[in-house]
Amino acid sequence: MNPRAIWAIYRYEMSRFFRTLMQSFLSPVISTSLYFVVFGAAIGSRIDEVEGVSYGAFIVPGLVMLSVISQAIANASFAIYFPKFIGTIYELLSAPVNFLEIVIGYVGAAATKALFIGTVILLTATLFVELHVAHPFAMVAFLLLTCISFSLLGFILGIWAGNFEQLQLVPLLVVTPLIFLGGSFYSISMLPPVWQTITLFNPVVYLISGFRWAFFGMADVPVGLSLLAIAGFTGLCLAVIWWIFRTGWRLRS
Amino acid sequence: MPMVEVAQVTKKYDGGFEALKGVDLAIEEGEILALLGPNGAGKTTLISIICGLVTPSGGDIRVGGHDVITGYRESRRLVGLVPQEINLEPFEKVLNTVRFSRGLFGLKRDDALIEDVLRRLSLWDKRNTPIRELSGGMKRRVLIAKALSHEPRVLFLDEPTAGVDVELRRDMWEIVADLKARGTTIILTTHYIEEAEAIADRIGVINHGRILLVEEKQSLMTRLGRKELRISLDAPLSALPAVLQGRGLELEEDGHMLVHSYDSTAERSGIARLMADLAAEGIAVRDVSTRQSSLEEIFVSMVHGSEDAA
Repeated sequence: MNPRAIWAIYRYEMSRFFRTLMQSFLSPVISTSLYFVVFGAAIGSRIDEVEGVSYGAFIVPGLVMLSVISQAIANASFAIYFPKFIGTIYELLSAPVNFLEIVIGYVGAAATKALFIGTVILLTATLFVELHVAHPFAMVAFLLLTCISFSLLGFILGIWAGNFEQLQLVPLLVVTPLIFLGGSFYSISMLPPVWQTITLFNPVVYLISGFRWAFFGMADVPVGLSLLAIAGFTGLCLAVIWWIFRTGWRLRS
Repeated sequence: MPMVEVAQVTKKYDGGFEALKGVDLAIEEGEILALLGPNGAGKTTLISIICGLVTPSGGDIRVGGHDVITGYRESRRLVGLVPQEINLEPFEKVLNTVRFSRGLFGLKRDDALIEDVLRRLSLWDKRNTPIRELSGGMKRRVLIAKALSHEPRVLFLDEPTAGVDVELRRDMWEIVADLKARGTTIILTTHYIEEAEAIADRIGVINHGRILLVEEKQSLMTRLGRKELRISLDAPLSALPAVLQGRGLELEEDGHMLVHSYDSTAERSGIARLMADLAAEGIAVRDVSTRQSSLEEIFVSMVHGSEDAA
């Protein structure tokens, strides 16, 4: 292991984040406030409660997941795509570091940023709704696992992308719809039976369900299944990244 | 043991292009080797393979005795790379990017060393300047500073003076001379012959993915260098007299200049006989000078020779 290299990558990435700290901080605060205004006040006033929880509080886990997943993917994909784009990747590839060290550095930084955003959103949410966390450790664990696993996915996308357009393609066309259709703003029990079955093929359902369980003790799918899904997803991403560095796909000629 | 050993290295890209066709090269510790070759000869591919940027199709490469594939951590720790393109993050400050490079090689932060490197490269005053605000020459220096930040024993400079002005080129040569004096082994690729002539100890010529030769600069120039005896005549000659024909003599400058090419290392240069014959023919000589072929002429003839063979 080369811990200094991991730390160098992590610190370098975080310094980019701190350079635009206000932007990083204000953006989620404003967008979360807007969600609460639109979904909480405007629409939420017409929905009494969802399974015994006020609608405003019910959407908090989904809102956090929405931002955390988007931020984790965006940060990690940009972090590895940018050196490819400007050519500084040569330094990484010629340094005495292995794939795990590179991944820990980049994914660790992206996950930290996503965690920061998630925490900011949670704190912002407390300004609008009263929140009680039924299983705080599970909540932190789900949040951390989501930050890490989607940063891994973002890292893969950043290596795969050949231009900025491709960098946006998967998050916009695949990930965002999956999050919106994954029960961020509703319980899947509110859907017709056919759609409930179809929704179960959406992996994000398991994350949001597990995360919501940590808050309110209620879930669309069993918590164990949620944990298994996120662990499996993390393992799959790690395996893909290991293969990328082993073969040099899109990195080495 | 050579510092860098390259044995039968081949590289075939996915498109089928064969960039290297069995390259052998041994680079001794502390020397400056200039790798000369036209564009597309395989110079950058060879450097990229040694540094780990490109995966070889075959062959063995060792740096400091460590295999670059199986012992990549050890071999890469010894190597610094200055790439051809100015690959730098524009918004980062000079000091931070150089510190990052050192950290990436697993080394403890050493502010004194980084300051020394930046001072030697005249970058210390610019340490807190964002890279985008630096001139092209300064950016090249930052690349060198990054490569030196982990105290490499071998430094690869890929076309270090491509596209820079003459003054900066000379500055760069001084930097290279200073590094050599500190014991760093330097391999530079260039297609500026004068660069190789000015700073290299040995010269390797590569073309079409093959090393055509690797030789001491001086012995190469002596071995392959042709010398010319240029005889300025008092009165122009319309044609060579019969006695001077068949010796490879040429008339230039409307018959005012007689040019005799000879091998400077040969036992007989033919100069004495030529001068005697000129006197016997009553041809008055105004002045005499000699000129040695430059490395460029050697290089051009060698590369053309390899292209004809290919």
